[in-house]
Amino acid sequence: MQTVPKLAAHQLACRRGDRILFRGLDLSLAGGEALYLSGPNGIGKTSLLRILAGLMRPYAGSVAREGTIGMVDGRPALDPQAPLGTALSFWARLDGGAASDEKLAMLGLSDLLDVPVRYLSTGQTKRAALARLLAQDAQIWLLDEPLNGLDVQGVALVETLVAQHCAAGGIALVASHQPIALPTSTTLAIVEYVA
Amino acid sequence: MNALLRLLLRDLAMLLPGGRRGGSLLPFLFFLAVAMLFPFAVGPDAPLLARTGGGVIWVAALLAAILPLDRLVAPDLELGTFDQLALRGVSEEAAMAMRLIAHWLSFAPLLLLATLPAAALLGLEGEIMRIVLLGLLAGTPGLAALGLMISALTAGLRVGAALTGLLLIPLAVPILIFGAGALSQPDGAGLALCGALSLVLVAVAPFAAGAAVRAAREG
Repeated sequence: MQTVPKLAAHQLACRRGDRILFRGLDLSLAGGEALYLSGPNGIGKTSLLRILAGLMRPYAGSVAREGTIGMVDGRPALDPQAPLGTALSFWARLDGGAASDEKLAMLGLSDLLDVPVRYLSTGQTKRAALARLLAQDAQIWLLDEPLNGLDVQGVALVETLVAQHCAAGGIALVASHQPIALPTSTTLAIVEYVA
Repeated sequence: MNALLRLLLRDLAMLLPGGRRGGSLLPFLFFLAVAMLFPFAVGPDAPLLARTGGGVIWVAALLAAILPLDRLVAPDLELGTFDQLALRGVSEEAAMAMRLIAHWLSFAPLLLLATLPAAALLGLEGEIMRIVLLGLLAGTPGLAALGLMISALTAGLRVGAALTGLLLIPLAVPILIFGAGALSQPDGAGLALCGALSLVLVAVAPFAAGAAVRAAREG
């Protein structure tokens, strides 16, 4: 890894439409740490992750990022018409690497590389998005409901991947309504910051 | 630069005829169909067809340019492709510039090619056909740029192709006036103005479309 990743937010507030979702949210993460975002639907977990990723502007407050960001959310960003292998290698090449066979086998995707993405099941699509994340080799992982659609083995796999990522000095933020075992059991409950 | 090249190749693989997003032969066939319909509607009046044929080709080209618009930007917005690109430091403007090139390549060369059989159907002479071809060459980049801006602006809305078409037609009128106007005043001024319009639109389009995509992302 190049630099030591860092992710900090100061007094964040988020507005959707004319509603303030949360305000006064602080967080600070250093390399090797994982954070679990909890909260009911619509509380602003996705918005918080998108603000931290720099994809959305916060209504107030600031975010300090050091390190490359990888994100997995409900949208796979893989061309539905393309074979899985082609769709994944587009991102892998863009990231300057290649999808390694080992990682694909671990995710159970090795036999699916010729299958167009639109024929994949929900769980398989999620696994494909995780494969894209792994090939990216990003330092900060922002995972929005990474367990959606995954079977029991898939959930265990995500837990292993996050643990490996943090052990290698990475940061992971996981927003999920399902319980997930993370290497460090810090939880951020967005409910506490609701305006 | 390398990333942009990869992006362009991906966009081309999607948009070119026989590409993954399909339907790219449709503008070509639609264009020919319109050019074929006109003689049927007007009747076999060769001088009339030869006089109006150039304009008909222009209208057909404009209508055909509407067809690919609804699948140009919206699918990638829904898939989160632009989010992932932004995370990797590829700006919306750069992505839209590549999309513009791919979009033009996917419909304009075919349209120029289709002008040859269309001109034969309408009985156009060599000189008129030359002006039509040059005009389309000068005007289609502008049409592509307008189309990209409109489809980026409407990508976040759930309205479909009808609105994009309705928006493109009035905005494309200046290109049509100068491009088709060159037929009645063959001194080259119309073609030059048509090309100038195209250049301005091509220069503006990546920024306008990029801003639209970013607004859809941040909203």
